[in-house]
Amino acid sequence: MKARVFITLKSGVLDPQGKAIHHALEGLGFSGVNDVRAGKLIELDLADNTSDSEIEDMCRKLLANTVIENFRIEKLENA
Amino acid sequence: MKSAVIVFPGSNCDRDLAVALELITGRKPAMVWHKETELPEGTEFIGVPGGFSYGDYLRSGAMAARSPVMRAVKDAADRGVPVIGICNGFQVLTEAGMLPGALMRNAGLSFICRPVPLRVENSQSLFTAQYDAGERISFPVAHHDGNYQADEATLDRLEGEGRVAFRYLDQCNGSARDIAGILNDSGNVLGLMPHPERVVEPAHGGTDGRRLFEGLLETVA
Repeated sequence: MKARVFITLKSGVLDPQGKAIHHALEGLGFSGVNDVRAGKLIELDLADNTSDSEIEDMCRKLLANTVIENFRIEKLENA
Repeated sequence: MKSAVIVFPGSNCDRDLAVALELITGRKPAMVWHKETELPEGTEFIGVPGGFSYGDYLRSGAMAARSPVMRAVKDAADRGVPVIGICNGFQVLTEAGMLPGALMRNAGLSFICRPVPLRVENSQSLFTAQYDAGERISFPVAHHDGNYQADEATLDRLEGEGRVAFRYLDQCNGSARDIAGILNDSGNVLGLMPHPERVVEPAHGGTDGRRLFEGLLETVA
């Protein structure tokens, strides 16, 4: 079983990298960009019997820093 | 004073800290590798040094905070042993949950490496007793992820309890309320981004860091 963990900065947390990307897009002439937020995607290859709560535990204990980040888990059952 | 300096793969200020500690305490610290599960018997002070532990993989300090030795560091801190986390060490202590908040990428996105003016906000702690409250000092910074952030309630609590130890006089990295260093609630754990161990001899261009270690030596020994 595979799972994807999307890690994003909480709203309200300043994202300097997103800002820099935004500037660079504008520099390239893309004018319609209102905002950019950068995050992380972590792909996990898991034993089939891994429970949802275990994946969530992985996120809380290591993959995300919940002081500043949110996470979302997407399971790819047939992968 | 029997001190220990924790060494992770990618630490690079461990030697600086060891040299400063030996100079000031007259005793070489034990260098403790991250895979150790115990600290040397009778350790009276622990330093978590700067650097790029585990290459800053995932987040600065994230991997180091989960390494075996950190359990021993936490246990020692819970028993009241003073712990200082400098630069990457501060990041490790926040990731380990020993200090609140998080250190994010500098607001200006640049790596900053220069002496910065600081104000000593709390001169009553184990680490700052030899400074005057409100005193202006200078320590160098060298970091990319020094932008201290926490929610408003946490920041208010830190301020209200006198746990902001040092504050930047010039905004340099975007830190909330210009916070440069904080204490835990028992006052025996200090995390700060600037490097006191790099200003302990006149040849360093300043000696403002000396009193931090001298104060500790006096309290602990």
